[in-house]
Amino acid sequence: MVISKGIPTYEEKLIEELGYDDHFHDHHDGDKFSSNFINTYIFSMDHKMIAKQFLITGMFWAIIGALMSLVFRLQLGFPEADMAWLKPVLGKWITVNAEGIGALSNQFYYALVTMHGTIIVFFVLTAGLSGTFSNLLIPLQLGARDMASPLLNMLSYWFFFLAGVLMFYSLFLSTGPFSGGWTAYPPLSVLPQASEGSGAGMTFWTLSLVFFVVSVLLGGVNYITTVLNLRTKGMSMWRMPLTIWAFFITAIIGLLSFPVLVSGFFLLMFDRTMNTSFFLNEIFVGGEALQQVGGSPILYQHLFWFLGHPEVYIIILPAMGIVSEVLSVHSKKPIFGYKAMVFSMLAIAFLSFIVWAHHMFMSGVNPFISNFFVIFTLIIAVPSAVKVFNWISTLYKGSIKFNSAMLFGIGFVSMFISGGLTGIFLGNSAIDIQLHDTYFVVAHFHIVMGVAAFFGMFAGIYHWFPKLYGRFMNETLGKLHFWGTMIGAYAVFWPMHYIGMAGVPRRYYRFDTFDSFNQFGALNEFITVAAIIVFFLQVVFVVNFFYSIWKGRRLTEANPYNASTLEWTTPIDAGHGNWPGKLPAVQRWPYDYGKDGREFYPQVEPVGEEESEAH
Amino acid sequence: MNSLLGFVLISVLLLIVIVQIARVTELAGIKRGEKETQKLTNKRNANYMMWFLAGFMIFCVVSTLHYKNYFLGYGPHVSASAHGGIIDSMFNTTLVFTGIVFVITHIALFYFAWKYKEEDGVKAEYISHDNKLEIIWTAIPAVVMAILVVFGLSAWNEIMADTEDEFIEIEATGYQFGWHLRYPGADNLLGARDYKMIEGNNPIGQDWTDVKNHDDLHPNEIYLPVGEKVRVRITARDVLHNFYLPHFRVKMDAVPGMPTYFVFTPEITTEEYRELLKEYEEYQVPADPMDPDGPEKWEAFDYELACAELCGKGHFSMKRIVKIVEREEYDAWLAQQQPYYFSSIRNTDSDPFKGQTLASEQVEEAAPAEETENSDVVAMNAAAE
Repeated sequence: MVISKGIPTYEEKLIEELGYDDHFHDHHDGDKFSSNFINTYIFSMDHKMIAKQFLITGMFWAIIGALMSLVFRLQLGFPEADMAWLKPVLGKWITVNAEGIGALSNQFYYALVTMHGTIIVFFVLTAGLSGTFSNLLIPLQLGARDMASPLLNMLSYWFFFLAGVLMFYSLFLSTGPFSGGWTAYPPLSVLPQASEGSGAGMTFWTLSLVFFVVSVLLGGVNYITTVLNLRTKGMSMWRMPLTIWAFFITAIIGLLSFPVLVSGFFLLMFDRTMNTSFFLNEIFVGGEALQQVGGSPILYQHLFWFLGHPEVYIIILPAMGIVSEVLSVHSKKPIFGYKAMVFSMLAIAFLSFIVWAHHMFMSGVNPFISNFFVIFTLIIAVPSAVKVFNWISTLYKGSIKFNSAMLFGIGFVSMFISGGLTGIFLGNSAIDIQLHDTYFVVAHFHIVMGVAAFFGMFAGIYHWFPKLYGRFMNETLGKLHFWGTMIGAYAVFWPMHYIGMAGVPRRYYRFDTFDSFNQFGALNEFITVAAIIVFFLQVVFVVNFFYSIWKGRRLTEANPYNASTLEWTTPIDAGHGNWPGKLPAVQRWPYDYGKDGREFYPQVEPVGEEESEAH
Repeated sequence: MNSLLGFVLISVLLLIVIVQIARVTELAGIKRGEKETQKLTNKRNANYMMWFLAGFMIFCVVSTLHYKNYFLGYGPHVSASAHGGIIDSMFNTTLVFTGIVFVITHIALFYFAWKYKEEDGVKAEYISHDNKLEIIWTAIPAVVMAILVVFGLSAWNEIMADTEDEFIEIEATGYQFGWHLRYPGADNLLGARDYKMIEGNNPIGQDWTDVKNHDDLHPNEIYLPVGEKVRVRITARDVLHNFYLPHFRVKMDAVPGMPTYFVFTPEITTEEYRELLKEYEEYQVPADPMDPDGPEKWEAFDYELACAELCGKGHFSMKRIVKIVEREEYDAWLAQQQPYYFSSIRNTDSDPFKGQTLASEQVEEAAPAEETENSDVVAMNAAAE
């Protein structure tokens, strides 16, 4: 029987003694997993490598998406500034006048805003966050050799990659990428006569996202199956770490909501190519009255937000799971109210399906319908509040080790509170009359699902980096990254609340057309400068990430944080199959920290007779 | 290009410096020993937590005071419509509730982080759950939410209810990129439209055989009398738009092929609102910075109509001026407006009644105005024959 090199650790001895022998090494199928360069690094079926692929692809898209935001922030902060220096990169989208002053074209401004939203929501915070950590942690924390279907898992990544290629290609079209907002409301998204970006750009956008949904569904089926069927001996559902609960629930939400989005996209494609009129009615555009009548643009909004709202929970739930785990491990305390945390996630998941029309209070739907959506929307605040109180209580009487992961965990809670509370304003339809589609909304969702989800992702990356690469990330850079981003992100998004209260609408290329909206010049400059600084700090993170892969401090012990969960019982350089010998058998829940004076109990240690309160 | 290169170069240099410093710090940490380093880090970052908390709270208070004039219902940012006051007070009620939660949770979060930093000889306590606490902090938010829902929905249903009282009807049609405004004219009725009839001299596709269209006005600005109920019929010609009057707390999507509406009552005239703004410093500066002797901001103030639903590359430019005036002034303005049909369509090739005498033209000389409508029907029958 092969055991890792050197002296076996305490956990390894326990696994050898009590573990479950699945005769892993009697099956000679290991060869197809990592025998050459191609099946190790490219078409890999190993969940750990696929996790890295998702992560690094996500980082690539995060940089693209963030750079786009800098360009349109420059436009908003310094509308009169000379942008000619961007001409080598943006080409014809910068028009230079007779005096040599370059200006960003408004068409491309809207394309940038649209692409920024699409890329960050789908490619970074869905694929990059859930894709990375579901893949990495589901098998490792459940004691599984790999995903239920490694092949589907590989396909999931490559469909995501294909989606990325199509989206990237669309950036270089002569008519530009799609520019009708990430929600792609028809008729704007259907009619190339109404917007240049609704031509080839929109075709690529829809195709890309259809492939993306294929990726999410393949991944989701796999995550659900793995959680239900491949938990190791003793790992009952109530012994799963909250990360796994979060990924499991996320996958279910995705599986139920993404197909609805695709159906909406297909109808949209029919309207675009076959002259159907699912979403079109009585339109006069480009000097011509269209033949299509009888459709409703609002139908699309229902289909879109039936995914679109669960989508924000698809983004935030994995971050919540990661933060729950990180806060518990580094404060050396069990997560407070484990079951309450699970039930609140289930409640959020259920409610996420019956609140979608709160995005549509002002869209012309019958105001009576909005009554239901207001009620359910504000009810979501209850399980969310429960989660916040539990996180805070987890810190209470803990023994907190401040490393970058923990800092981002605490930062996440702060962001989630700040952004979540403004949701209470927007969810109330009466207040939404004034705030809908203003900068208040921009501030709200950027803090609660943008920054907060990124913080969850950062917490996860810093925490599990040793598991991914066998090295630590540089802590000094990590702390600079955290404190800079924490202050910087608030500096960017907090002032937007004030701009929004004053009624300034979002998605405006410039504000000087309206006297009412043109009073925030200095504040917009401030936001832009803060955004540039925050971006620079993310570059610090990226440099730290790649530097640490090769040069970081080596991991010397398998379980560097003294954590209970199973992923730290594998060897440092775990190969395919994760555990070299037997599979661990689970004896207890994952949060026995600080019990009976002991720092932690590994999940593989049997509950002792004299131990207090077995779980 | 040079400045781009320079900027990138400086960033890269700065990055190299930061990475080098970080490497040195890390090495120094190893030398000091892992435990000592962690202790130092814990102390430092725990202190930063408290500094951040203090700084954040001060920042919130100071920025709130600084931007207080943009808060709904406050100072120069009061609502100019009757229902807007309800929205503003809802906003402020919610602000009080969420403000309390925000402050308490943030203090707890950062204080606990500071207080329970890892220290020698202090062990974490094993506290796994407390069902009583869970029930309490489920119940309290639930009650608060229930209160907000009740107030919110009663406000919502009051605001969105259609009106049965007398009202002035106007129509706004969004197109790329502007608003087309229509008033019903003397008969108080908007004429029929068909989008297939839209052409150069018929921007919203009015059906000229419908005599109700003949007196419809196409003004460039929205003029409304103060204190009277208005029902805006909102529609769009090409893509989605949104009829947004920030000062009146009015917002509603304009959907092609599906008219929507919003009912509101303007309560402050443009003149009165200017007087109100006059009190505030930020409005006592020249409206045009290039022209220091020109009118000050409050003198130049006007209510504005904007678009609040992304509609293409000119989305940011869909502006119309809104003027709220006394009834007499409104009547005088109305009297000046020429019906579009008579100014632009009558006896052109687009006019179905070309060469005929309309009933309205006959009665204008003979009969009193009240009978106009009946006479129009006669004229229409005549035309049909």
